[in-house]
Amino acid sequence: MNVMVDVEDTRRLEAFRAEAEAWIKANFPESLKSKLEEYYQNMPRYPDGPDWALWKERVRDKGWGTPGWPRDYGGGGLPTPEARIVLQAFTDCSAFNPMIGMGTSLLGPTLLEYGNEEQKKLHLTRVSRGEVRWCQGYSEPGAGSDLAGLQTKAEDKGDHYLVNGQKIWTSGSRFADWCFCLVRTDPKVKQDGISFLLIDMKTPGVEVRPIRTISGESPFSEVFFTDVVVPKENLVGKLNKGWTIAKRLLQFERNATNTARRQLAGDTRPLDVVAKEYIGTDEKGRIADPDLRQRIIKHMMEFRSLKLMQQRMLDETKAGQGPSEFTSVAKNARARIQQEREELLVEIFGQQGLGWGAAGDQFKQEEIDTTRAFFSNKAMTIFSGTTEVQNNIIAKRMLGLLDHQ
Amino acid sequence: MSLLTEEQVMLRDSARGWVKANAPVSAFRRMRDSENPKSFDEATFKSIAEMGWTGVVIPEAYGGSEFGYRSIGVVLEELGRNVVAAPLIGSAVGAASALVLGGTEAQKKAWLPKIAEGTAIAALAIDEGPRYAPDKIALAAKKKGKGYTLSGSKTFVMEGMAADVFVVAARTSGKPGTEKGITLFLIPADATGLSRKGRSLIDSRGYADLTFEGVEVGADAVIGQADAGKALLDKVLDRATAAVAAEQMGLAQQAFDTTIEYMKTRVQFGQLIGSFQALQHRAAYLFTAMQLARPTVDEALQAIDEDRDEVPELVSLAKAAANDFINYATREMIQLHGGIGMTDAHDAGFYLKRARVLEAAFGSSAYHRERYAKIIGM
Ligand SMILES: Cc1cc2nc3c(=O)[nH]c(=O)nc-3n(C[C@H](O)[C@H](O)[C@H](O)COP(=O)(O)OP(=O)(O)OC[C@H]3O[C@@H](n4cnc5c(N)ncnc54)[C@H](O)[C@@H]3O)c2cc1C
Repeated sequence: MNVMVDVEDTRRLEAFRAEAEAWIKANFPESLKSKLEEYYQNMPRYPDGPDWALWKERVRDKGWGTPGWPRDYGGGGLPTPEARIVLQAFTDCSAFNPMIGMGTSLLGPTLLEYGNEEQKKLHLTRVSRGEVRWCQGYSEPGAGSDLAGLQTKAEDKGDHYLVNGQKIWTSGSRFADWCFCLVRTDPKVKQDGISFLLIDMKTPGVEVRPIRTISGESPFSEVFFTDVVVPKENLVGKLNKGWTIAKRLLQFERNATNTARRQLAGDTRPLDVVAKEYIGTDEKGRIADPDLRQRIIKHMMEFRSLKLMQQRMLDETKAGQGPSEFTSVAKNARARIQQEREELLVEIFGQQGLGWGAAGDQFKQEEIDTTRAFFSNKAMTIFSGTTEVQNNIIAKRMLGLLDHQ
Repeated sequence: MSLLTEEQVMLRDSARGWVKANAPVSAFRRMRDSENPKSFDEATFKSIAEMGWTGVVIPEAYGGSEFGYRSIGVVLEELGRNVVAAPLIGSAVGAASALVLGGTEAQKKAWLPKIAEGTAIAALAIDEGPRYAPDKIALAAKKKGKGYTLSGSKTFVMEGMAADVFVVAARTSGKPGTEKGITLFLIPADATGLSRKGRSLIDSRGYADLTFEGVEVGADAVIGQADAGKALLDKVLDRATAAVAAEQMGLAQQAFDTTIEYMKTRVQFGQLIGSFQALQHRAAYLFTAMQLARPTVDEALQAIDEDRDEVPELVSLAKAAANDFINYATREMIQLHGGIGMTDAHDAGFYLKRARVLEAAFGSSAYHRERYAKIIGM
């Protein structure tokens, strides 16, 4: 390895980081500071005001919503290290990427690998410019962990496909413009009878029925397809070869879960600070409840291990290669540790962490938001493949352990 | 530890039958969606009172059956299984115990028969902040003539919105944190200067915050000994805490049963999910943990009935065990149901929500482990 080149590289990247951060700080509207882009995507909680529009416009013009994508598709055209720096800079500056969503993190990278030129040009450009929101039509009532058991069918009608069936748990579908969908194009075989289809949600025959969750929100819906006509050019890859594409997308999905800012929902302060406020301190200034103090510090130390693992994962993936099966390990670790944080927060708050409804003089906004996040994040070990399914992947594909059946 | 008596088995069976017929989880769901301000259904509660469950710890002389704490535990467990909302723990166990153990004849006569027949609801007003900390009671009761003037506040009073009368833990002397100076008072909800405000919690029950602004009461409002009420308070709290633990075990049992049932019906990969060894082990771990938790709760209730010296440590053991198990069981319930468990239309959320509230009520596991350690001299 040439040490001189390395030093040179590091200098250049540090300069770029400073530049990116300066740009974000100068352009990110102050009023959006406390907002979470994820919620905005799945269930707009905030009015889509002028500052959102302004921020999107600025980022769009730089191509920084998708900094690593080619300029031809509306991206920033940056090499992988620089693109990563931009995405990290959003977080480090307490800002966010306004384009983020299933288009940027799931469909986009998949189309880059499997889409044809027309598909990339049309769909990636719209995603980069923040013009289209996507949702994921994978799960069905009978096909969750056993995703390949899906039954929504697409029949070849000569110049188009005719789609009939039902999807469920489709996040963000109420507000999505398009859906990337797994459909059955051959009923005789399982994995080899699945195709990957792009469906315009405005097509007649598409019906969305929201589902309420235990957090009181409706981030996902059931999506019904009744005689939905889909043009042939919306097939990605080859007919009946959708399963490979579907699995690749799932890796991108797990990767996105690993890095999403979910921990910022609710009270975002370090747990020890929150605990000192709610529980008080002993004569030595330590959290007054010694048992809780031990569990809090255990969590904080584990969170630090998680960060180090995530960093190592990034360092180990060679430029441009994208995520691997290791995403299953990272997803499980992240989801568990995140849920533990929320269990701890709710315990630290005591009965202040059990409020329901609107904030006011009895419950602070951060308390209500934390409780809501506590409930909604119970899904982290379920979506993008459950913890159990990831464990199966780890055991079988990474460790080579065989099925006993 | 003794098993249930014949009488208790009958009580359990009749409670189970009644709940099935009159108060399935769908009834709780209806109540929740109705935005009922009292947060329980009047007709259901009337029926509960007619069954005699409001008088289980009250002596016959005052209209109860005096079956005892193990018996009310049996009932609470059955109600807990179906998340039945009814003002029992605060009223028929907590406040009733305070009166039975420490009340004057006049106080008993005035309130116990009504509590037993369900025509009056009483509540325990203990907490003053976000967490259970009975050692830190600060609400001031100042001597005025022969009586007292109370000023301060109480928070998260269980069943507080429906209560006609409150058992209030106050401080007649000393600083918060000191044992001496605690006095229990019996104060009607309509006392001048006393106001309440509802607290909306995740389990959709009727909690209240109370404000005392110079509430004047006579000496006859004191329950037990003035200035030396700590021992009585501890006894009352132990009884309420054990009752909570019983409801927790009922919740947990149903969370477990529902989950096992789902494992026996949900098919993925062409087979029942319960046929996956990974999930079978999860069920087995849960079952084993439940076997460890349940006897602690039965033992605490039994010890209360026998008035054993070890009641405090057994109650802390039971509450910590029930807290930890219900926390674990409800997490597993959601996880093993997959997406459907995350929906409001499914019952899993009700169990998770009630569980977290009861975990905080009358002390977290951390609180009870610390208390247990102190009692055994660690
Ligand atoms: C908040 C949320 C958002 C979602 N968003 C989307 C979305 O946008 N698009 C989409 O398509 N889907 C989405 N999903 C669906 C999600 O991917 C499924 O819920 C998940 O794959 C599990 O499927 P299931 O719900 O059918 O549970 P099931 O597959 O029925 O699982 C039930 C339980 O059995 C376990 N299990 C199943 N098979 C095995 C096995 N072989 N070994 C061991 N354990 C097993 C599971 O781990 C789980 O604990 C979302 C789900 C949630 C909760």
